[in-house]
Amino acid sequence: MALQDICRQPHTPAFPYSHKWNDPISLALAGGDTNTVLGWGGSAPLPFYTPFSANPSLRAQTPNRAPQSPIPGRAGVTVPFELAHGTTTLSFKFQGGVIAAADTRSSCAGYVECPTAQKVIPIHSHLVGTTSGTSADCMLWKRILSRECRLYQLRSSAPLPVRGAARLLAAALARFKGTELCVAATLCGWDRAGPALHYVYSDGTRLEGQLFSVGSGSPYAYSVLDREYRFDMSVPEAYALARNAVYHATHRDAYSGGCVDLYHVTESGWRKIGRDDLLPVYYQKKGGGVVLGSEGGRCCVVLKGEGWCVGSPLEQGGEPVLTTSHPGGGGWVLTWGCVGSEVGEGVVRGFPPHGGGGGVRGF
Amino acid sequence: MFKLSEKILMLCVGEAGDTVQFAEYIQKNVQLYKMRNGYELSPAAAANFTRKNLADYLRSRTPYHVNLLLAGYDEQAGPALYYMDYMSALAKAPFAAHGYGAFLTLSILDRYYKPDLTRDEAVELLKKCLEELKKRFILSLPSFNVRLIDKDGIKDLEKLPLAAA
Repeated sequence: MALQDICRQPHTPAFPYSHKWNDPISLALAGGDTNTVLGWGGSAPLPFYTPFSANPSLRAQTPNRAPQSPIPGRAGVTVPFELAHGTTTLSFKFQGGVIAAADTRSSCAGYVECPTAQKVIPIHSHLVGTTSGTSADCMLWKRILSRECRLYQLRSSAPLPVRGAARLLAAALARFKGTELCVAATLCGWDRAGPALHYVYSDGTRLEGQLFSVGSGSPYAYSVLDREYRFDMSVPEAYALARNAVYHATHRDAYSGGCVDLYHVTESGWRKIGRDDLLPVYYQKKGGGVVLGSEGGRCCVVLKGEGWCVGSPLEQGGEPVLTTSHPGGGGWVLTWGCVGSEVGEGVVRGFPPHGGGGGVRGF
Repeated sequence: MFKLSEKILMLCVGEAGDTVQFAEYIQKNVQLYKMRNGYELSPAAAANFTRKNLADYLRSRTPYHVNLLLAGYDEQAGPALYYMDYMSALAKAPFAAHGYGAFLTLSILDRYYKPDLTRDEAVELLKKCLEELKKRFILSLPSFNVRLIDKDGIKDLEKLPLAAA
């Protein structure tokens, strides 16, 4: 649809029912001045399509809520279900770049709507955004932000800095203040000025900082982060800290859980470090050397210990030896891909399976 | 903090008035038991007694809106901590917190608590929690009373955070 707008072809055979969508509304002022908003020279800058409702009387039957509509002259559409809220996301700057981590549980009122949602969304090669609030809104607005960043880059042959992207997003969301739209995002990126971290909330708040945690699980994550965050952490320390903080938040917060997604943004762009299941971590933290289970010759072993460790990923076909850097011994979780293991005095040997995959993560 | 007996302390927070009324009621009843029977209630018994009272009042016209932490030392069973909320749900816990501060401190306790903490390590852990509150909590809480219960009874420790010089 973005391409369609740029090409100015509203009614193409590919979209036979496009005429059934209501007119795209302009985010410009009522006077219809589109030139001042978001750099569009012609038609609507952000066509926001509302679904065509053939039966307006249906709206009258929906629950007694009179939502404020951002579209002038149109009645608000009531939401027939609870929007998905509740999450733990965190991001921080350190000497090695910017880390973004989030859980993967998408909850909706009282149940888990999706245990493997993606809450850290790449916007462009050097920018990722963590999402919190209503997940559908966050995904949509991140896509819109991607489009606008790309258009800016094409028009002005310079990439939009992260601060600019944050202002753009905040300005676009300001129109919807007072509605049920809820987007609390942190934009983690690397631009000409170096690593950048901005927090944007749909009520208009826009903050720049070193460390942010957003969502229902954020107090729990903040407390663990505050204890151990230092700007000059090493990269594995940062990974372990981010995972630990999300783990603690998912342990205490009902609306956070599942796995932890970890992204690292450096000068060469963002990289997804991995998605780790948090359930084995709980057993590891409880202590004891427990074999969680085995299937087809592969086993997941949880080892006794506490604290974080520095490690390296398993290499294919190799026989790597990993040592703990914590003097008291480290806790390791061998992921499901590992075949067999030996445990010694602070030394772990893991054998990768022939099919590859798996790895060792320090927690 | 209310001293129920030589080795039992009860921390009571919640609605103004309810806290003191309920806590003193429990306190006097626990002391009455000692007078009648010659020996003190154990922490487990005191906790369950408190819970029963709170539950009885819950569906009356005058429920008590109080959240409690009951800490005690038993000769046979050792130290015990009980968490009770205003719905009279009782749980024995290694560590606990009530209120908005709990959001910030529970993770720290999860992370650093071990069952075999020494006394100094425990005080350090408490200091970590208070540092976090000082950093992130919206209200300024200048000082905390700290008490320790062991086999010799209740002892006052130094107020935290340490008084500014």
